Formats: sequence, C-alpha cells, structure tokens
Amino acid sequence: METKFDRRSFLRVTGTALSIGALYSVFPALTKSAGAEGIVRTLAELNGEAPAPFSFMQLSDTHVGFNGPPDPLGTKAFESAVATINRLKNRPELVIVTGDLTHDADSPDEHAKRFKLFKEISGRIGGAQLKVVPGENDAGLDGGDMFREFMGPTHYSFDHRGVHFIALDNVSAGRPEVGAAQIAWMKADLARFPKTAPIIVFTHRPLFDLKPEWDWSTSDGDDVMNALAPYENVTVLYGHIHRENFHQAGTTKMYAARSLIFAFPDPATAPAKKPMPFDKAHPFKDLGIRRVNGDANGNDLRLEEVALATAEFSGTVGMDQMLKHGNNDAKDE
Amino acid sequence: MKTSTINKIVNTILLAGVCEIGLAAVPVMINLTRASDNPKVIEIAAKKFDFTPSEITLKKGEPVILRLTSSDRVHGFMSKPLKFDTDIPVGKTTDVAVTPDTAGDFAVICDHYCGTGHGGMQMKIKVVE
Repeated sequence: METKFDRRSFLRVTGTALSIGALYSVFPALTKSAGAEGIVRTLAELNGEAPAPFSFMQLSDTHVGFNGPPDPLGTKAFESAVATINRLKNRPELVIVTGDLTHDADSPDEHAKRFKLFKEISGRIGGAQLKVVPGENDAGLDGGDMFREFMGPTHYSFDHRGVHFIALDNVSAGRPEVGAAQIAWMKADLARFPKTAPIIVFTHRPLFDLKPEWDWSTSDGDDVMNALAPYENVTVLYGHIHRENFHQAGTTKMYAARSLIFAFPDPATAPAKKPMPFDKAHPFKDLGIRRVNGDANGNDLRLEEVALATAEFSGTVGMDQMLKHGNNDAKDE
Repeated sequence: MKTSTINKIVNTILLAGVCEIGLAAVPVMINLTRASDNPKVIEIAAKKFDFTPSEITLKKGEPVILRLTSSDRVHGFMSKPLKFDTDIPVGKTTDVAVTPDTAGDFAVICDHYCGTGHGGMQMKIKVVE
C-alpha cells in the first residue's frame, strides 16, 4: 500500500530532527496537522517503532573487580549509581553501559566472578532495559567469548521509540578497531533508514583520534565515521577515557561519559595518563552517570550529568571501614 | 721501437688498467653506497608490560629498522606521529622502517590489549636534529 504523506511535511519533521529531542517536541505538533497519521506510520515503518519522547541513562567503565589506590571503594560508585537511578522520579527506559563493565583479571575464573557481580549489581536497576557493549577489559584478551557468555553479542542494533541504536564493538579484536566486517554490517543495518533518521551509536573507545598516545582512539574510526557521514542525525556515546568530552565531526556529535571507578586527567594539560588520586573527602568526585533527554525546544539531545550521592560515605566511620577492607593489589587500567 | 710508440703502448696499457680499475671499482662503489644506505637496525623486545629498551634515540631524516620481537603474547607497537602501527606476534621478528621527519619525544604504545598492565606499556623514541 502506498503511504500518503506530504514530502514537505516529512522534510520539515526530519530536517529539524537533529536528535531524539526534536522528536520530543516536533512530533506532537505533527499529530495535529493534516496527513499526520501517514507521517507517523511512515516513520514507524522506517524506524521500527513510532517516535515518542523518552529518556535513557548512560553508565560507563564500572570496572567491577578493580580495587586499588585510585578507588579503594571498588563497586561502591556503581552501586550508588544504581540506587540513584532507582530513586529518579522519571525512570529511564534504557540503561546503556559503554564498556569496561569488568576490570580484567589474570584468571578466567576470577573474571567470570566479576561478570557475575556486574550482572548482580546492574540487575538491581528496576524497570529499564540494560544495553551494553564491551570494553577492552571485558573482551580484549579472549575475543569477547566471556562477554558473549554473560552479556550477549558484542555488536547489535535495535530500535526504541523511533530511534535506531547501534552497539559497536571496537575492542574484541584486541586492537582498537571495529573491523571491515562489522562496518559492512553497520552499513547494511543502516541502509533501510532515511538520511535524517535519528541514530545513536554507543561504543567503548572514541571513534576519532582523541589522544592516540594514551590509547584513546580507534584505528579504523575514520571508516566508521565515513559510513555514518551520510546520516544527518547521529549521536555517538562512548566511555574508555573516564572523563567527559565532546567532539563534533560534520553533524555527528560524540560524547564521552565519566566512569564509575576513577577519573583520568585532562589530556590537554596532563603529562601522563595516570588516574586521578582518590579523595577521601569526596570519594565520587569526577565520577557519575548521565541522563539523556529530549530537549524542550526540540533542537538537540539534552545531556544531564548526574552526581552520585556521597553523604552516606564521606567522612563517616562507614567510609573508614570500607577503606580498611579495600585491597591494593589491583593494577590501573 | 720508438720511444713514442712505447709511450703509446704504455699509455694504452695504463689507460686500460685505469679503465679496468674503474670498471672494477663501480660495483665496489655501489656496494659502498648500499652499505651507507643500509638502515641501522635497532632491536626492541616486548613483553607484558614493557618494551626493552624503554627509550631509544633516532636522528631526524635517518632511516632505521626497528626489529621487534615478543616473548609472551601478541603486543602492539603504535605511534601516530611516527606513522607506524603494527602487531608483534610471538615467534617471529617484525621489522618497522622509520625515517623520522620531526625532532621531539614520541610515545610508542602497545595498542593490542595484553592484560591488566596494558595501559602503562609504552616506550619513548627521542628524535634529534
């Protein structure tokens, strides 16, 4: 059946739909216009689901199993993040974790325990779908076998409320690369969408040369960006660098998230990639989670950095006890 | 035999000798030229989680071969400004030809994930004028 829809109306919607935020505000106005049903149906067919407002969380670099000087509290920040999400009034529909769920371990048995603990803690998040990609700590040594065993595929795509999400694996080759096969898969996956479709890519490493000498790059990131370039409405969310960062290439916006273990310094000023020292008075300083919302003005995604609650830890006897139970045998990332 | 004739013969012999020497010298000179163009070879050993030596000095514009080996597992060897990025598998040597075009200090990292100390596995290449 031929879909009735006015091309100018479609362009008006998608042309301003620079992100899911645009769908948030523009879409309701469309429902009042003539021929709206056709447009809704067309977008629904193209995106797999009708556009609708929603929010989701990005967590990153939980490094379950790490317990060392930069963060002697181990999983406490991760657990605090889960509690914070569960306290939110408007609950997110998705929770995305952009890699390094676990800290690597010398023995596979120990690494498996860390995956189990990640699943146990993340399983406490109520009412949201968990979507994850691996970091090199999760999948760099075994090609992603253990990650797949515990968490599922290392790359995949799905649609949620009219937005197309792509989970991209740039770690399990061992090298910082996506690989020709996965890029071909991504191109084929995107082929059914118009160039204006809202797309969110989530991955672990930056897809551009943020700081190659700190291992903050993806060797074939340019090939990925070239494949994404025809699409006007792409947002990339990633982790790995344990700090916030924004970078734009063409119309594609790329955001790095803070970690839930320890922060790295500013690469523009720091002489070396050393974790920021632990601050007992502010144990979750520079850590945190991110909430992604539709913007009220319909122009862009709104990224809201959410601080973790520290009152129950900072300066208390409980904090001292936790520190005593920390061990210093883990190494840095 | 006239002296002039003898001189001509001697000159001819000398000329032939010079030519012969000259002809013989050509391949030697080529060999010498090749010898001077043969890049210096520097051996670098990789293992979890360091490179040995941890620092080398190169001269700007002078070609060298970095001969890489690994004794435990595959490692990476990458520097964007020096324009190389390779893996170092176990059991074979991997040669990287480098001619630095800029003076300065350059970090070379292992970019093939190799375990919990991977993040600190790097060396320095110092390039001097």
